[in-house]
Amino acid sequence: MSHGPATQWGEDKAIAYKTKFGLYLFIIYVLVYIGFIAINVVSPKTMATIVFAGQNLAVVYGFGLIALAFVMGIIYDYLCSQKEDELNETEGSEK
Amino acid sequence: MIYNASPFAVGIFVVFVLGVLWLSSYFAKKTQTSQGYYAAGGDIHWGVNGIAFAGDYLSAASFLGICGMIAFSGYDGFLYSIGYLAGWVVALFIVAEPLKRYGKYTFTDALNYKYNSRGIHLTAAISTLIVSLCYLVPQMVGAGSLVTPLLGMPHYVGVILVGAIVIFIVATAGMASTTYVQFLKGGLLIIFSTILSICIFVHGIKQPPSENYHKFKTINATVTDGDVTAIDSVEYKIAGAYNDTKGHYVKLNKEGVNTWWHLVEKDGNACLEEALSVVHSKDGKALYNGEPKEAEKFFQVGHVSKLMVDGKEVTETGSLSPFKFLSTIEASTIVRFTKVIFVDNGDKVHLWYQTPTPGESIMRPGLRFKVDKGSTFMSKLDFVSLMIALFFGTSALPHILIRYYTVSSAKAARKSTIVAITSIGFFYILTLFMGLGAMTTGVLDVQSSNMAGPLLAKFFGVAIFSIICAIAFATVLGTVSGLIVAASGAVAHDLMSNYMGIEMTDKGQVKAGKIAAVVVGILAIFLGIAFKGVNVSFLVGLAFAVAASANLPAIIMMLFWKRTTAKGISASIVVGIISALTIILLSPKTFEVYGLPASSAPIPMNNPGIISIPLSFITLVVVSLLTKKNEYDWEGKEKRAA
Repeated sequence: MSHGPATQWGEDKAIAYKTKFGLYLFIIYVLVYIGFIAINVVSPKTMATIVFAGQNLAVVYGFGLIALAFVMGIIYDYLCSQKEDELNETEGSEK
Repeated sequence: MIYNASPFAVGIFVVFVLGVLWLSSYFAKKTQTSQGYYAAGGDIHWGVNGIAFAGDYLSAASFLGICGMIAFSGYDGFLYSIGYLAGWVVALFIVAEPLKRYGKYTFTDALNYKYNSRGIHLTAAISTLIVSLCYLVPQMVGAGSLVTPLLGMPHYVGVILVGAIVIFIVATAGMASTTYVQFLKGGLLIIFSTILSICIFVHGIKQPPSENYHKFKTINATVTDGDVTAIDSVEYKIAGAYNDTKGHYVKLNKEGVNTWWHLVEKDGNACLEEALSVVHSKDGKALYNGEPKEAEKFFQVGHVSKLMVDGKEVTETGSLSPFKFLSTIEASTIVRFTKVIFVDNGDKVHLWYQTPTPGESIMRPGLRFKVDKGSTFMSKLDFVSLMIALFFGTSALPHILIRYYTVSSAKAARKSTIVAITSIGFFYILTLFMGLGAMTTGVLDVQSSNMAGPLLAKFFGVAIFSIICAIAFATVLGTVSGLIVAASGAVAHDLMSNYMGIEMTDKGQVKAGKIAAVVVGILAIFLGIAFKGVNVSFLVGLAFAVAASANLPAIIMMLFWKRTTAKGISASIVVGIISALTIILLSPKTFEVYGLPASSAPIPMNNPGIISIPLSFITLVVVSLLTKKNEYDWEGKEKRAA
């Protein structure tokens, strides 16, 4: 049986851009994530340092990692959508 | 602990279950084709799919497991939240669009897009089945944990109930009903968790947490040569003792009832502090704090021993803002309960003693994962291994990956992933408040960390408790449905149709998928009963490790390394599964499940990711270099698909 995609759509000329951009953002996030793990392993006491408003580094970094994923996702989607509109002249209807 | 069912809770629960069943029957009429069964027709709106992702992902592990782990081990439980959410970055930036672009019903389709290899069909299908089963176990355990307080039924009834309902859902309507169940449940879980968190902030922290909270007794003791020889009480008599390297425990008798106490030093004086105990006697009887379970002497716990606000000790904080709530915990001292198990005259004693813990230690890693005090190289490696598995596991989970086939385009796949990150990230931030809330409001059942979230809800009223429990139960239903659809797709589509080459009509494929769903469902029921009592988030962490080891190297290398061959992919999947499972089965935590001492485990780490994921990558590279690249013209095929 066929292994093609579940639904068909027009040619996407922005694939190369999206793949490259996605990879860059991924690497940035990985570095921040590695930083979090490294502090915990190498200097766990640093995590107890109060950073602001009575919150320690563990809380600020942890919340920061969650917020960063959201912010990077929004930027990625915005720029990818722009590039898709720019490169793909006839955009199909979006579900 | 004794749980009494409330008619209101049962009513809410029944309404939820009937609603889910109705939804399934409704979608069953629409599910006549394999496209409908496995991919919900491929036309789900990305917004709905995004919340359904949250529904799939915020499984029993997230609500029950993480909240419980935070309530018992503080920030260490929140590490799971961070790792689970970070994993979505891999899904968004690397996996989402290509997987949608190349696949049809299962991730095997996408993996095999370039090669059309029977080997990949076989190994990826087996991997999907194994990962789905690993993930199913904690969901079923969670279902059992929930039914006990909600309906007052034993654990196994919950497991069978979930199994039966899910088999009905999946066998009738497949991915369409699963998607809408997940959408509703994901949305409701986030809304009611927000309400629960607001309740925590409004209530603040009190010492003691409530009027009817147990008043722990302390008795002065005389210690001679390390043993308690006399106590300052006329009511209690010394009836026995147990010493180990960690502590000294004394059995006291009052009017024929034996209770266990923990020897501590307070202001330079030796004294005994009341502990909780469950004693399983030689003749098969169980005594809770010295009496039968029905006497209801086994109380809930969790309190602040020193409550500090702005440098002053207080008994009540009043309403707190979210950040003030966290900084108050940071400055206060919270009583946690440490478990020890020993044998006393042939009776097996499970004892939980009070462990006052500074908030500063609770609000950073170290209580569960040994990264600071008492850490070793292996314990640190274990921690790193877990964080790697959580990060790479998300985008390798079959029930998450199949959700990319329910939307219409790669763009919709991307957008639905962002909706998922937003909703899941928000929920995970709430887990810290809910976990710490449970830790300080005297609601914990020391026997089951999985119940912390629902019991916290009960503290704020039966209504929110019933709704939260029903949603949590629907959580399990939805996640189990998704996993079973993924597993049945692996059997019917990948194994039977593509690997074995069995010619099936479209209806035949749906029928094969439904039969596979029933078999996997029954298997899950048995496993759910066998693993009762193990923290569900821990079990899910292991499922992530297996998924990350088996699937992710194959997905990433297929996308980014042009010399990857079909044999390389198959070999990496096999090595990933075998190495991850072997390490898990020989790990200290699993040895505890076998009933053997953890110290006798041959591999001193619990999380296999740091070994099995690189091993899988290396295998793929080596085997790919050793085997000739498949000459299949995938570049051309990619253009046609795009």
